[in-house]
Amino acid sequence: MSENLSAVAYLLSSICFIMALRGLSSPVTARAGNLYGVAGMVIAIATTLASPGVLSYSMILLGVLIGGSIGTVVALRIQMTALPQLVAAFHSLVGLAAVFVAAAAFYQPDAYGIGSFGHIPAGSLVEMSIGTAIGAVTFTGSIIAFGKLQGIMSGAPITFPGQHPLNALLGLALIGLVAWMCMDQSPQLFWAIALVAFLLGVLIIIPIGGADMPVVISMLNSYSGWAACGIGFTLGNTALIITGALVGSSGAILSYIMCKGMNRSFFSVILGGFGGESAGPDAAMLKDRTVRSGSAEDAAFIMKNAGSVIIVPGYGMAVAQAQHALREMADMLKKEGISVRYAIHPVAGRMPGHMNVLLAEANVPYDEVFELDEINRDFAGTDVAFVIGANDVTNPAAKNDPSSPIYGMPILDVERAGTVLFIKRSLGSGYAGIENELFFRDNTMMLFADAKAMCENIVKALE
Amino acid sequence: MQAEELVRKAEELARKSAELAQQADGLLQEATRVSVASVPGGGDHFIFLFSIFVLAVFVGYYVVWNVTPALHSPLMGVTNAISSVIIVGALIAAGPPDMSLSKLFGFIAVVLASINIFGGFIVTQRMLQMFKRKPKK
Repeated sequence: MSENLSAVAYLLSSICFIMALRGLSSPVTARAGNLYGVAGMVIAIATTLASPGVLSYSMILLGVLIGGSIGTVVALRIQMTALPQLVAAFHSLVGLAAVFVAAAAFYQPDAYGIGSFGHIPAGSLVEMSIGTAIGAVTFTGSIIAFGKLQGIMSGAPITFPGQHPLNALLGLALIGLVAWMCMDQSPQLFWAIALVAFLLGVLIIIPIGGADMPVVISMLNSYSGWAACGIGFTLGNTALIITGALVGSSGAILSYIMCKGMNRSFFSVILGGFGGESAGPDAAMLKDRTVRSGSAEDAAFIMKNAGSVIIVPGYGMAVAQAQHALREMADMLKKEGISVRYAIHPVAGRMPGHMNVLLAEANVPYDEVFELDEINRDFAGTDVAFVIGANDVTNPAAKNDPSSPIYGMPILDVERAGTVLFIKRSLGSGYAGIENELFFRDNTMMLFADAKAMCENIVKALE
Repeated sequence: MQAEELVRKAEELARKSAELAQQADGLLQEATRVSVASVPGGGDHFIFLFSIFVLAVFVGYYVVWNVTPALHSPLMGVTNAISSVIIVGALIAAGPPDMSLSKLFGFIAVVLASINIFGGFIVTQRMLQMFKRKPKK
């Protein structure tokens, strides 16, 4: 295939990828968008296979067969509640693949048209090192994120004295190693860069608490894009550069949205340590106050006599796998002629859009599901707010208490509803270690139970 | 007389052709210089790729802000899948007929990227399949 023809083909594949992202602007066009993505990938792969340097197909075929079948089986079997872990695992693979491609280019630069072994132009070396370093950070960082999400390791932040200076030192060491490699192109230096970056990836993610995972996942999403970009520059391949830039900016935007949803700066998330035992200032005082608690029958009675209900799901719903029981409950209420809607906070769950997918899995129509900005005003005119597995995103302290760690975070104004039904296992605090003042309000009724069991009992009571 | 003139003309022609050859040589050198400058690795080529990169960041920025928040999970799934276009680098490494360290690295990268391509697109499709509208009554 001539060089010009393949350049046009790579351009075509990049356009397909842009169309894939464009399709996601609405659930109606999203499926067609995904097919564009597949088409783009097929074009890119076919173009590369037709290039003059690719002569032997046996290893490639074997690799695609092995990888493809693993990917297919995993993607078909995965539970939707485990989606964040899966995405983290996938990110780690992109990172590692970037490291290996860079290594291949380092050992056989002539295949990529960037000089010969030991005589690679400095510009290509720098691009290659950047790709390697970002790829390596993505790899180990994603593995730590996976471990935290999967529960293999504790979600609590791991901090130690001198952590930030150490990270800064490693960062400087990376830059030094890249400069050194430009002068002396030995393989040891290449692997040293990879090793330092692997270590840095671990150290960057361990201090970040489980509840900040939406930011971490988006951030690693972004890194995997920039890694692809770095490799794209080394190879002089426009499809890789464009796609890497798309993915990189997508991840960056998601990180920004997640940070804004928690009213925290990106740096405070990266520096980590949030989600420890820091209790609210007047937690002890709150403990003496009375709490009104109720049974499933009480909840059923209240909702049956309501005109409108807004359901506020959170991570607890995912943990309890309560989405199906919840939808059943909502269906019963709708049959009674009660308006039922869902309100989703941007950081509910462990990855961006996590709650939307779980509700969709339970067959909740997407036009009953609303974002914070769309629905927040409607709580005042609503009879019942039904909070299931969410906590901090409903805490009025974010509005009233300047000393609260979550002060300034946008919250769902559930306290404005006529009655707040709050499912919770115990009176414990949320991830931020803050008491929720909402529990002690007169219009709040606590439903102490597992989220799924409670929904099932309410369904029984409604029958 | 005629022979003398012929010789003179022939000499002139030879001189002119030599001049032409020299000019052609100069042109060739110029052409090589220009083409070398635009070959991969040259500074101009980097600026060309960098322009593409910057424009792609802008396209990404505007396209992604248009993604509805409800579909942020599928967005991560699909970006994950398309970032595995890094497989093109792996294919080039795994392509040569002779076995080498570089080919081995390429093979590993092909496996890793394939997991992601298949896994990413399939899981995204699974998610998107679930987003349904309210049934019309």
